[in-house]
Amino acid sequence: MQQIINFIFRNKILLLYLFLLLIAMGFTIQSHSYHQSKFFNSANWISGGIYKTSNNISDYFNLEIENEKLVQENIRLKNLLYNRAYKEEQVIDTLLLDTTNLDYTIVAAKIIKNSYSLLDNYITLNKGAKHGIKQDMGVITPNGILGIIENTSNKFSRVQSILNRRSNLNAKLKNTENFGSLIWNGKDYNTVQLIDIPRRIPLKVGDTILTGAASSIFPENIPIGSIKKIDLDVSKSSYSLDIQLFNDMTNIKNVYIINNKNRTELEQLEAKNSNVQY
Amino acid sequence: MSSTNYLITIFRFTVLVLVQVLLCNKIGFLGFINPMIYILFIYWYPIKQNRAVFLLISFLLGFTIDIFSDTLAFHSAATITIAFLRPTIMRFCFGVNFEFQSFKINTVPWIQKITFLGLLIFIHHTVFFTLEVFSFDNFLLILKKIVLVILASLLLCTLFSSLFSIKKE
Repeated sequence: MQQIINFIFRNKILLLYLFLLLIAMGFTIQSHSYHQSKFFNSANWISGGIYKTSNNISDYFNLEIENEKLVQENIRLKNLLYNRAYKEEQVIDTLLLDTTNLDYTIVAAKIIKNSYSLLDNYITLNKGAKHGIKQDMGVITPNGILGIIENTSNKFSRVQSILNRRSNLNAKLKNTENFGSLIWNGKDYNTVQLIDIPRRIPLKVGDTILTGAASSIFPENIPIGSIKKIDLDVSKSSYSLDIQLFNDMTNIKNVYIINNKNRTELEQLEAKNSNVQY
Repeated sequence: MSSTNYLITIFRFTVLVLVQVLLCNKIGFLGFINPMIYILFIYWYPIKQNRAVFLLISFLLGFTIDIFSDTLAFHSAATITIAFLRPTIMRFCFGVNFEFQSFKINTVPWIQKITFLGLLIFIHHTVFFTLEVFSFDNFLLILKKIVLVILASLLLCTLFSSLFSIKKE
């Protein structure tokens, strides 16, 4: 007994180190195997608050660029809107817009912490549970997609970026219904990988990739990027494509959070299928 | 430790966390080079102190940075490792005389200081990036990250430590 106590006293620093290392490794393994801890992430009120304050200051430096981006997007949307009215010649007063029947609702948010240099990147937004944000809503930018809401606190939420090794989205080729999985290999923040597209499909460098219909999070046909390099995977039966993102992931400010109102229904329907893609 | 020393330690802790989180994590040079300057806390921390308290403070420092950058808990593991190994590294860099009462870190030649800082950064980054990648499939990726980020961290830490060096008493 005496010797055990002596041993503990002699090696108390080593034991303390091992104990703390054990805690850290525990968190690390947990974070590698599943979503990160509910409380210890950058969406809590302290770190979220500090990021928000810092952001309030740095926002002013980018106002002009951001305004320009939003104007561009408005122009594009107005183009769509007016051209559509002329083309289809619908009688406006018969078109009832019942907001309770909309499939998707959209909330605008701002990025208060961006990250793209790690292997598992997470982004923090300034909207949270208070604004109706829940886990597993999709996040898009004017140019493409950003990720999926992974965790929310009262005022902030955390997005699992598409630049994350755990990210796995459904994407398809434009003008076809051939879909694959969009993943990231952690190497370049401008490039993601699209796998599982069958080899028999003709492809060209520069083809556009859109979000697919199998996703219950994103609406169909949101542009993601264009094909940069065409490769075959190890089995030589399907493609492994490098996709150049339309987004500049390093320079994003305004994003939109998309809530699919039919998601619960869809998920219940698909519950039997164990391998559902987002 | 006198009460001014406590204040200085708390001040350093806060400032280094804020600088790391709000500035250094956003540099992103070449896409992934974010120097880690909070290692200076380990470098500056007084020598003759209770090692257990030092380890606990280091864990807290790493954990705070982990929470801010959503990297649970690579920073903590790396920081406590260098905090634990600090006496060994100091004996390696400064010889036995660092255990004397009169030893002050700003009296040693600069080459020894750089070696000390460089070793701290090297061990820290090796642990950090190994944990981040968490598989040896991407060994080249780890190596590339370690080498380039070490250079960036060393440069910035040297600059900061010479800018804010403690006046000779």
